[in-house]
Amino acid sequence: MRLRRKRRLMRCLRKRRDLKSVADNTAKIKRSDILLMSVVRNEKIRLPYFLDYYRKLGINHFLFIDNDSDDGTGDYLSDQPDVSVWHTNASYKRATFGTDWSNYLLRKYAHDHWVLTVDPDEFFIYPFCDTRPIRALTDWLNGCAVRSFGTMLIDMYPQGPVDAETYHEGQDPFQIARWFDAGNYMITKNPDYGNLWIQGGPRARVFFRDNPAKAPALNKIPLVKWDRRYVYVSSTHSLLPRGLNQVYDEWGGEKASGALLHAKLINTLGDKAKEELQRGQHYRRSGEYRAYAEQLADKPVFWCDRSEKYINWRQLEILGLMSKGNWA
Amino acid sequence: MSSLGILMLVHTALHRAEQVARHWTASGCPVVIHVDQKVSDKVYSDFVTACADEPLIRFSDRHVCEWGGWGIVAASQSAAELMLEAFPDVHHVYLSSGACLPLRPVDELIDYLLDRPRVDFIESATTADVSWTIGGLDQERFTLRFPFSWRKNRKLFDAYVKFQRATGMRRRIPDGIMPHMGSQWWCLTRQTLSAVLQDPRRQTYDRYFRRVWIPDESYFQTLSRLYSTHIESRSLTLSKFDYQGRPHIYYDDHLQLLRRSDCFVARKAWSHADRLYQAFLTDQAGAMKPAEPNPGKIDRVFSKAVERRTRGRDGLYMQSRFPRHGSENGLTSFPYSVFQGFAELFEDFEQWLTETTGTRVHGHLFGPERAEFSGGETIINGALSDCAVLRDYNPTAFLSNLVWNTRGERQCFQFGPGDTQKINWFLARDKNAQISVITGAWAIPLFRSNLNFADIRTAAAHLQQVEAKQIEVLRSVWAKARIRSWSLADFVESPMEPLQLVIEEIGTVHASHLTEAPTMVDLSGFGKFLQNLKNQGMHPYMMGDFPTDDVFGTRIRPYRKPYLVQ
Repeated sequence: MRLRRKRRLMRCLRKRRDLKSVADNTAKIKRSDILLMSVVRNEKIRLPYFLDYYRKLGINHFLFIDNDSDDGTGDYLSDQPDVSVWHTNASYKRATFGTDWSNYLLRKYAHDHWVLTVDPDEFFIYPFCDTRPIRALTDWLNGCAVRSFGTMLIDMYPQGPVDAETYHEGQDPFQIARWFDAGNYMITKNPDYGNLWIQGGPRARVFFRDNPAKAPALNKIPLVKWDRRYVYVSSTHSLLPRGLNQVYDEWGGEKASGALLHAKLINTLGDKAKEELQRGQHYRRSGEYRAYAEQLADKPVFWCDRSEKYINWRQLEILGLMSKGNWA
Repeated sequence: MSSLGILMLVHTALHRAEQVARHWTASGCPVVIHVDQKVSDKVYSDFVTACADEPLIRFSDRHVCEWGGWGIVAASQSAAELMLEAFPDVHHVYLSSGACLPLRPVDELIDYLLDRPRVDFIESATTADVSWTIGGLDQERFTLRFPFSWRKNRKLFDAYVKFQRATGMRRRIPDGIMPHMGSQWWCLTRQTLSAVLQDPRRQTYDRYFRRVWIPDESYFQTLSRLYSTHIESRSLTLSKFDYQGRPHIYYDDHLQLLRRSDCFVARKAWSHADRLYQAFLTDQAGAMKPAEPNPGKIDRVFSKAVERRTRGRDGLYMQSRFPRHGSENGLTSFPYSVFQGFAELFEDFEQWLTETTGTRVHGHLFGPERAEFSGGETIINGALSDCAVLRDYNPTAFLSNLVWNTRGERQCFQFGPGDTQKINWFLARDKNAQISVITGAWAIPLFRSNLNFADIRTAAAHLQQVEAKQIEVLRSVWAKARIRSWSLADFVESPMEPLQLVIEEIGTVHASHLTEAPTMVDLSGFGKFLQNLKNQGMHPYMMGDFPTDDVFGTRIRPYRKPYLVQ
């Protein structure tokens, strides 16, 4: 494992040549700042709400990698005062789906910071997020000597067909995609890295019902008190050293955990699936996007009469999709 | 000048400490602040300068404060000495930290203490009587030596404790003292405190407590017992601890809870909890009515948190709770019933069971085609799908999800050797499962089918083999479910008693007797059928001894009146 970690580190150092700085505001990062790391491609439409959401949570500085967008994403981001942007037109796939790039930037800028690594369609929910800023959480984790915080990705979907309602820039995507699956998640433990492997939700129920093994992983560890020796292994599903993956209790208790609301299943999915399929830059030869593109033609409806309508984090905690642990 | 003096131990968030100190001095209470030696000199001198305009704020000699070390006691001692010397009017001395937040108007606290001039408020109990120690060290805190830091050198700490236990090394407790422990936040009278500080044997005691583990929880607690005339063994500071002994932190959203606690001081407040500081330090007037401290409500919130962290919710599997095999505290969240062979033997069993018990009765949840949810639904609570592939991908998750999603409503389902068998161990180990099996009942559908006899024979052999394996699991020593099984022959002979037993255990109905029984299928010729199987070289044994002459088939069709042997 040590070797694997070292190899990842070497790899991310090699891949740093892919990255070209566009807007470097990293000098503004203060010692106790909480950072956010994200790799984006043609996400201009999502970014205004995304930045707004995380600024309100108390993120102090954003690190973005712009993977060759052509919709003005790069320009939009470089105009923001609290954002640093790097541009790359290298292969997403060959950078281990962007992980090498973010590992490099995390190593360089996030050492000794709490950092949240999310995609632009993922929105972080944690216990008390409506009354306490993210710094309350990180201070508390510091006090407990905890270095990483686990979440589950919850796919949100609209009531009608995915492309029935059009998303507008700056809009809260969960006004459209308000629904989620409350209790059909399947968990196993990954013995290699010690992380949990969670599958299920609407995508498994609708897209992968004949082949659930291929359903996307929903376990994520997005919030980490970073150290330059750490690396993400595959997306934010697992990290090295392995101790960071131990975000769950094995003796019957509940550790504190959060959720990532996933605003993927809205009308932007169709274009995205077509584009990504052409690029073929995603995991498992974009098998996931292939499935989307094939099935989107049939105008899939994820909603069913057992779908749950999202209210707030307390609802998720009661449903058992996240936990306050011993944070009160 | 007030009769109450405040000692404040500070190591971080100095601006908050200043704010609180000024709050105390505004009511005339002198404050002596101890700043941890680890705080840089620059920060310290800035802090001193900031407070320079307030004559009631003094700074005591600085010590290095490590958790569980002597430094905190040394800091309290020097601060207390300075307080007693510099402010002769002070009657009660209150030890607090920089993160302590006064909840009630200071004048109320002063009045409260004036009414009790001889009382020392210090939580102080003998080691035998406390439950909060962590790490299993209670009496041994006082008899072993602890030269290594618990936080920094855990391995050395543990090894040295082990070594001392093994070799029987013990320290002698100084004569005349009886170790007591309690919250480190106390409020002592000048008399008691000065007696402790000016004790002629103080050097002996100090030398002893220097090597006691967590002396800040025992030094004053033990020594005040020597001199106090009236100890009230409780802390005036509201402080809640989590399961690892760390104090819980108060945030803005605790405002109402803290208001209702009626405690004088709470520890510890998050330094960025602006609303809390705003509410309790500025808009004091009428914030709280005078009352005895009553932290019961806030207690419940925090003890629930501890329970959630240590025990969790039974039957929940999620990203932060995934118990190891055997640590689940209940594999599922709610009791449920599994029936095997009943739907084969009785024509309308599912409907009858629904009517009799009022539970939710599913068909074969683990059937080969699909999960047969009640009412033919394709998706049930929690958006759980009936898709067999999804279910069989992780059958235990399917079942624990189903029970979790419908918790509060008892679920019943049919099972049989034709179903997915991967769930057997989970069912057997689950104490929430009530499993009732009529072995050999799988032969009835074969008997009534229109298949070729060769096919029937193959199917029967297969089903019997599967069921035999399943029964083996159910009879294992690891099985925790409530399991009952009857052979078909036994059951058919007197079906009402077992039914009554099972239904009563489900417990949703209080009717003492079953008045209506489900209709049994016509079994005439079944004995013959079994004999045919035997003649073909297959040995059906799971159904027990069925006579070939159809005595059962004819005899039991008119039901005997059900009765129950208690």
